Amino acid sequence: MLAAEAELKSLMVAGLAGDKRAYRVLLTALGQLLRRYYSRRVGPDDAEDLVQDALIAIHTRRATYDADQPFTPWLYAIARYKLLDLLRRKRVRATIPLDDAGDLFAEDESEAALARRDLDVLLAELPLPTQTLIRQVKIDGLSMQEAAARAGRSEIAVRVGIHRGLKTLSDKLRGKEHREDG
Amino acid sequence: MKTDDLISALTETLAPVPRYAALLWLVEGIGAGALVSFVAMWTWLGVRPDLATAMTTSAGWMKFGYTLALALFAFWATERLARPSASARAAIAGAIAVFAVLFAFASMKLMMAPPAARMPMIMGSSAQVCPWRIVILSLPIFAGTFWSLRKLAPTRLALAGGVAGFASGALGAWVYAFHCDESAAPFLLVFYTFGIAIVGAAGSLIAGRVLRW
Repeated sequence: MLAAEAELKSLMVAGLAGDKRAYRVLLTALGQLLRRYYSRRVGPDDAEDLVQDALIAIHTRRATYDADQPFTPWLYAIARYKLLDLLRRKRVRATIPLDDAGDLFAEDESEAALARRDLDVLLAELPLPTQTLIRQVKIDGLSMQEAAARAGRSEIAVRVGIHRGLKTLSDKLRGKEHREDG
Repeated sequence: MKTDDLISALTETLAPVPRYAALLWLVEGIGAGALVSFVAMWTWLGVRPDLATAMTTSAGWMKFGYTLALALFAFWATERLARPSASARAAIAGAIAVFAVLFAFASMKLMMAPPAARMPMIMGSSAQVCPWRIVILSLPIFAGTFWSLRKLAPTRLALAGGVAGFASGALGAWVYAFHCDESAAPFLLVFYTFGIAIVGAAGSLIAGRVLRW
């Protein structure tokens, strides 16, 4: 563990300085560590979602790593935060009061009716830029680069936007409307 | 998306992060908020006309000192809590120590005063408006601080939000001190701290929604 700490930390410091090669090695290693961490704690589907969530969080919030501090506690604090976030969302879902139980039964139907549901109605639940991106890439067949160029955003922003958007949609279909709550 | 693709995508757009980027974000948010707050105080309430004279007395310094010291420790704690796994213990202990010093000083002043003078020392002449003005003047700072925090990574949301709100309240109270002409330590202890605590409670309450990432 100590050897891993020193190695990961030096990769992270190099990544923060803009070294892409080191950063790719780092993310790949972190992907494995996170997969091990999550697969012990949740089911395989949730585990891979969490690995991706955590990697995106590590990337977008990498400025919060203080190079004077050890790296692995920072890593696992993020991993743990994402895990608790998921568990809380599930708990919220599991404790819907009886009054709302009608929604619970409606969920089954909505999952079966996935194919019938109007795509426009579904997409309308997302922010407009995300809708446009998903239409362009997933329906009109544009590449990520093309969609990024049209939107004037970076390719990663587009990728992450689409990933997030699709995830939100599938959550909604599965009845996770309480995602944004408490 | 496959995780390997995600890693490639993240790597492709990697940009260097300056050493103190997180700290600078916070300072930007706090600074912009404080500026708006100061202008609001200036146009709405006005700086007390005898500020120069007041600054020759210890009572004048005490208000600025108490609020600024609280703000510094609480913002330090905020900066710690904005990072996963960092400890804010020392910073929070510092803020508590500042409060304890004023508490001791104000208690001493009250005990030394004749009983009839004690209540006026606590209530001053602006007790009804002071905490609310502090809350209002804190709002821009509160907004700036939370705007910064949303880009960072607090993992204990209620605590981080509460401390960030408390810090915003303390800095808002510091701005208010430019207007306020109260001079008794007991007043400062009760009503300034009350205003600051309201902002802290608000921060803790909204943190779960606002700071999630």
